[in-house]
Amino acid sequence: MKTLAELQAIKEKMQSQVDLRNESHAGTRVVVGMATCGIAAGARPVLTAFSNLVQEHKLQDVSVTQTGCIGLCQYEPIVEVTTPDGEKVTYIKMTAEKAKKVVEQHLMRGTVVAEYTIGNSDVS
Amino acid sequence: MYRSHVLVCGGTGCTSSGSPAIVEKLHEEIKKNGLEEEVNVVRTGCFGLCALGPIMIIYPEGCFYSMVKVDDIPEIVSEHLLKGRIVERLLYTETVTENGVKALNDTNFYKKQHRVALRNCGVINPENIDEYIAVDGYQALGKVLTEMTPEQVIQTILDSGLRGRGGAGFPTGKKWQLARTIVQDGGQKYVCCNADEGDPGAFMDRSVLEGDPHVVIEAMAIAGYAIGATQGYIYVRAEYPIAVKRLQIAIKQAREYGLLGKNIFDSGFDFDLDIRLGAGAFVCGEETALMTSIEGKRGEPRCRPPFPAEKGLFQRPTVLNNVETYANVPQIILKGADWFASMGTEKSKGTKVFALGGKINNTGLVEIPMGTTLREIVFEIGGGIPNGKKFKAAQTGGPSGGCIPTEHLDVQIDYDNLIAIGSMMGSGGLIVMDEDNCMVDIAKFFLQFTVDESCGKCTPCRIGTKRLYELLEKITSGRGTLEDIDKMEKLCYYIKDNSLCGLGQTAPNPVLSTLRYFRDEYIAHVVDKKCPAGVCKDLLQYKIVADKCKGCTACARACPAGAISGTVKEPHSIDPNKCIKCGACMSKCKFGAIIKE
Repeated sequence: MKTLAELQAIKEKMQSQVDLRNESHAGTRVVVGMATCGIAAGARPVLTAFSNLVQEHKLQDVSVTQTGCIGLCQYEPIVEVTTPDGEKVTYIKMTAEKAKKVVEQHLMRGTVVAEYTIGNSDVS
Repeated sequence: MYRSHVLVCGGTGCTSSGSPAIVEKLHEEIKKNGLEEEVNVVRTGCFGLCALGPIMIIYPEGCFYSMVKVDDIPEIVSEHLLKGRIVERLLYTETVTENGVKALNDTNFYKKQHRVALRNCGVINPENIDEYIAVDGYQALGKVLTEMTPEQVIQTILDSGLRGRGGAGFPTGKKWQLARTIVQDGGQKYVCCNADEGDPGAFMDRSVLEGDPHVVIEAMAIAGYAIGATQGYIYVRAEYPIAVKRLQIAIKQAREYGLLGKNIFDSGFDFDLDIRLGAGAFVCGEETALMTSIEGKRGEPRCRPPFPAEKGLFQRPTVLNNVETYANVPQIILKGADWFASMGTEKSKGTKVFALGGKINNTGLVEIPMGTTLREIVFEIGGGIPNGKKFKAAQTGGPSGGCIPTEHLDVQIDYDNLIAIGSMMGSGGLIVMDEDNCMVDIAKFFLQFTVDESCGKCTPCRIGTKRLYELLEKITSGRGTLEDIDKMEKLCYYIKDNSLCGLGQTAPNPVLSTLRYFRDEYIAHVVDKKCPAGVCKDLLQYKIVADKCKGCTACARACPAGAISGTVKEPHSIDPNKCIKCGACMSKCKFGAIIKE
């Protein structure tokens, strides 16, 4: 390594990895339901998709975590996105492809992907 | 990419309480559950809360699991990592609230801490240079080599007010300035790191080396640039195997990246480092003895002046700083002198790491801004004294320091205030004592240490400390007189004034400070022939209170010397001639019938 730019390149490559170890929970939280029902419905690829996409896009204030069953097993995989203003959006029947769209539109641009939300299905 | 990071403490404390087996089991269980691609297991340095080890933190949730056992691992993996359910029974109790998990930084132990020197300990993998680079590692070296002149570097360190963290508190910038300017013949200069941490109870340097070895390497390269040195030595005790191993790995990685070696950052600056292992002599923590030892000779001190900045290692100008001092340097370069000087007190800037030990609940490492009071450290961060006992004194500075009694609990801790109350900062060991500690015995303990560790080169230290120890022994065995106390005091000043190096000059401090604050205990030993704390065996007797004794015979069966006699259901008695004062009877008695006085 001979230049600061090379040092910077390593830093940027590693940063999203180490950022995961941040204590602050002030940012947006993506919570994936990972109870038996969720896992059976395919929540695991959804979780990894979110986790990878958030890191690939270097979204610094977003944490991706998991939770247990929230009681709507027929709509699993369920993903809840809570923004710092306290607003919660619940996406249902998620897949890895849908996750990509949620990351790109909701997390990066602030536009809720209405077609995947629970409000748009016949549950309400 | 990983979605979860499991950080397991790989410091010496948690390693000895079993963290390597935990890491192994984690890998096994993670594999079994098919999570290798998703979960990253990292062995870090010390988190600080050694009392609760082995410690594990799982991100992104930030769950702090304490006292983890190998048998807990399958549950942690299948519940937390696989299903996202936090294993509450293993959480550090302070982080559990009614509304879920509280952030670690809000707990009493962490909230008053401010981590500068320890900022990466317990956060990064010390064996991976990329993780250090991710948290701004080597940026300071890059900045120094591409944007700053050596004079600007020295000025920044001077302005920051950084003082040596090894104990004496000499301004670091001043040291660098002297080493740069005193001799200008264009010859070799050296940068050394003192990692020969020898004070009983101090382990902050070890933790920095174990948790963040690259910070020391980076800072030494910066120091090398500032004074014009191309070679550095880290003198570290062989008793720190984990620290040595991680340093070796770190140096190798830094060389591979070209961050050590020739023409660093294409600036024309060369710098390389080597490790020298100390064989465990306490005196080698003294700067001149340390350099003599690096030269391959017997580790003995020599007269100063000439100071190392003029004639140090191999008779050449040398800068020697302590590990913790170096750990502050890259941050000062990156964030500026004003940032550093904004922390602390008027004459002591920044933070200081303390190793809490002795009679305290949260044994471990804490880093606090200078000026924090002893009360905050002991009762808030340290969690107070166990078993409801009363605080008696805190010992700082190890065998060179002194005791701080209750009346000085509210003194703001910095270099000058500690000297004023008869102690010293030292390397930062802080041993808490409660009402069960005898202060004469404590002084004797430290004197025993200095007698063992005196190198013998000069007479005041070699013979003086021995005579001092003998006087203390006389007092604790009940043969002392009031004249002995006076004689001891005189001898203390004689040793301080006449010894060759810091070891002898500070060796009497434990005696002087206990005499200053706990003279009544010394007098009780010589006049009343009593040890008020009940520690000095020659001055106490175990007795059975006849009224309370039920004659259960439990004590008689516990006594290894057969000193207790009596018939069943009748009060027993202890034969003082046979009693070896082990206290076994007292701990067996259910009725509180046995007392010592």
